[in-house]
Amino acid sequence: MSEKVLQAHGLSKAFGRGEGLVRAVDEVDLEVCAGETVAVMGPSGCGKSTLLHLLGGLERATGGEIVLAGSRLDQMGERALARLRRTAIGFVFQAFHLIDELTARENVELPALLAGQSPRAAKRQAADLLQRVGLADRATFLPAALSGGQRQRVAIARALSNDPLVVLADEPTGNLDSAATLEVLRLFDRLHAAGQTLVIVTHDPRVAATADRLISMRDGAFVDETRMSGGTRGNLGALAGLEG
Amino acid sequence: MGRLLLICRLGVGDVRHRPASAVLLVLAIMTAATTLTLGLALAGTSNQPYQQTRALTAGPDVVAEVDPAQGPGGVPVTGGPPADVAALTPLTHASGVVAHSGPYPLTFATLQVDGHEAGAQVEGRDQAAAQVDQPRLTQGRWVRPGEVVLERSFADDLGVGAGGQVTLNGRSFRVAGVAVTAATNLTDPQICFSGCDLTTAEKGNPGLVWMTRADAVSLATAAKSPLSYTLNLKLADPADANAFANGYDNANPSSAAGLQSWESIAWGYGSLIRSEQFLLLIGSWLLGLLAVASVAVLVGGRMAEQTRRVGLLKAVGSTPGLIAAVLLAEHLVLAVVAAALGLLLGWLVAPLLTSPGAALVGSAGAPPVTAATIAIVVGVALAVAAVATLVPAVRAARTSTVSALADSARPPRRRARIIAVSAWLPVPLLFGLRVAARRPRRVVLNTISIAVSASGIVAVLMVHAHFDARAAAGLADPQNARLSQVVTVISVALVVLAAVNVILLTWTTVLDARHTSALARALGATPQQVSAGLSAAQVLPALVGALLGIPGGIALVSAVNQNGKHLTLPPLWWLVATVLVTVAAVTAITIVPAWLGTRRPVGEVLQSELV
Repeated sequence: MSEKVLQAHGLSKAFGRGEGLVRAVDEVDLEVCAGETVAVMGPSGCGKSTLLHLLGGLERATGGEIVLAGSRLDQMGERALARLRRTAIGFVFQAFHLIDELTARENVELPALLAGQSPRAAKRQAADLLQRVGLADRATFLPAALSGGQRQRVAIARALSNDPLVVLADEPTGNLDSAATLEVLRLFDRLHAAGQTLVIVTHDPRVAATADRLISMRDGAFVDETRMSGGTRGNLGALAGLEG
Repeated sequence: MGRLLLICRLGVGDVRHRPASAVLLVLAIMTAATTLTLGLALAGTSNQPYQQTRALTAGPDVVAEVDPAQGPGGVPVTGGPPADVAALTPLTHASGVVAHSGPYPLTFATLQVDGHEAGAQVEGRDQAAAQVDQPRLTQGRWVRPGEVVLERSFADDLGVGAGGQVTLNGRSFRVAGVAVTAATNLTDPQICFSGCDLTTAEKGNPGLVWMTRADAVSLATAAKSPLSYTLNLKLADPADANAFANGYDNANPSSAAGLQSWESIAWGYGSLIRSEQFLLLIGSWLLGLLAVASVAVLVGGRMAEQTRRVGLLKAVGSTPGLIAAVLLAEHLVLAVVAAALGLLLGWLVAPLLTSPGAALVGSAGAPPVTAATIAIVVGVALAVAAVATLVPAVRAARTSTVSALADSARPPRRRARIIAVSAWLPVPLLFGLRVAARRPRRVVLNTISIAVSASGIVAVLMVHAHFDARAAAGLADPQNARLSQVVTVISVALVVLAAVNVILLTWTTVLDARHTSALARALGATPQQVSAGLSAAQVLPALVGALLGIPGGIALVSAVNQNGKHLTLPPLWWLVATVLVTVAAVTAITIVPAWLGTRRPVGEVLQSELV
């Protein structure tokens, strides 16, 4: 069995108090192995995004523990969490969250600069990553000049900037049309084939169908888990229902 | 009518919803309005104390004086011929003259008391009361042989009163009394407190001392100093004093007598207030500039918060004109409130600046706030609000309804060169420089705001350096000290308003950059790096502003220095310290808002962008 990269035990996150208490994530257990693609699916408001934020250390859990590459995230200070995000985690967001005034290349090189790489090395690496996501010819474009699918591919390139242990993708195709969704899924497929660990939260069954493992979530808790037989192998477009 | 009512209701609702920013806006404009009111009101300061003193002392309408031959610096030539006292005689029976006193002998002497030294103008008087210009005693009794009476402001500065002892040219006299007069234009005497090795003339303004004629003549004779003479005239019509003095000078061009009307003497007494007025007017323009910056930042911040509201108003059918009208009306009304408060405060504070000093009796009271003053102050307040509000108001009105409803932020500017350069800097500077570059107008506002305040600080330092140079020569100058206080108060107001600006700018930047800050943290920047970057976004323009403040302050003092006096530059380390302290102060006051900007969880901020 592959090494466990990310584990969560009894993970909880509650907002409010008294009668207004909302359990966004309720006693969740999760284990993600290296190279695995895990999809967490559920309706809007079921706590998927909050779960992803907890796994990435963007929010503090109110209970439970999270272990990433042997380190307890829930016990780390802000500085250590920031270091972990720089080195071990890549985020992909539904709204892309690219910086408007930076070109595609400048957006991709930002995590490397934050990690202390030299500007030359960061630039070289960003060019490689843009090449990898098929956007080498769009390196000097501002986000406003890119299509939705291209923006998300830039965001994925940025998430890969520091060679993370795990990429956490929050509704990565939520703002995309079918063609752009297929572009992104193909990219994830290539990453999966290259051994990248991925956790994708989505409410789109077509995206979930491409994972190794599908976890269904409702009202903050996991209600079902399915190991997908084919994973993303095979005809991705047909599997996802995006091609005939 | 319905449209007007709607504008009023929306404006009032907005002010009630955001009381803190309304209060800050009022405060910023009020500070400038108060200073402007003071500057304008001082122009109307009455010469009531002079008139009162003139009435109490039977003050002359015209004072004539003859002086002996003078050497460099206006000092009578030792051992030279006496003044032509006969030149005064024709004046005593000139047309229009109804009474006179004198001629009285005048001489200069060095006065010493309790280790202090000052130049003194000694006037020999009769023991009997004079019909014209009989100084009014405020302490003790009138002159007797071996005794002197000191003019009140001089006695106050020396710290001596009736019963005390002074020496004049080394000869001891008892101080019989203290009195005031309206016959001489007295600026505050300059007193040497220690170690002065200066001539009487170099000691600046001499104080006034009365003694008997015989004592005055004896003092002058002992010092081999020729006498001057002064003659006080009463005219049938005091209003003719100027015409009499000018007419006599024109009709007798070869006469040795110099004439001065009471109006001219009264004008001399107003010099301190005129200097204060000049400083206050300059201060009010500087504070007005800062108020424009404050209001622009406040309005910009409020607009960023209200984009969605603007969209809602437009969605329900408001026209762009109505949107702009609501914003303008709201700020113009607040400006009128600020102007009213400024006028009131200025009127209340003005008496503190119109004190005539100890040389005159009575007080000027509160100077009148005229209709012209009200119009100017309200006009300036409205202009400040309009200039600062117009651009954001028009921009809001032009925002498309859809993008306003989506509450999309104004797209930031791209500065490719800064982005490239910042890549080579440590993370806080990289982040700070890029955040600053997104909003160049805000950077300009910040730079101007700090430059104006730093100019004020440098001006104060120059004034103090000048006084220190005088003090090093052992001289004290109470008149300049009062002006120094006015400059200091204006500078404190400038610093406070600049500090408010920095806080507002930082908070606006924090709000504007909340998404970028959250994203930077998601990508691995620490909260400390992000908050340091947000501080740096304010500190970098502040550094430029502080550096600009040095030439700014020198230019300011040069503009105020109308008399072309030698300017004393403060030591270099004072200027360097000003820049460093300014930067340190800006860093300190941005720490809290910048830190608060990183308190909100990253996930929550990024998620809110989807709503």
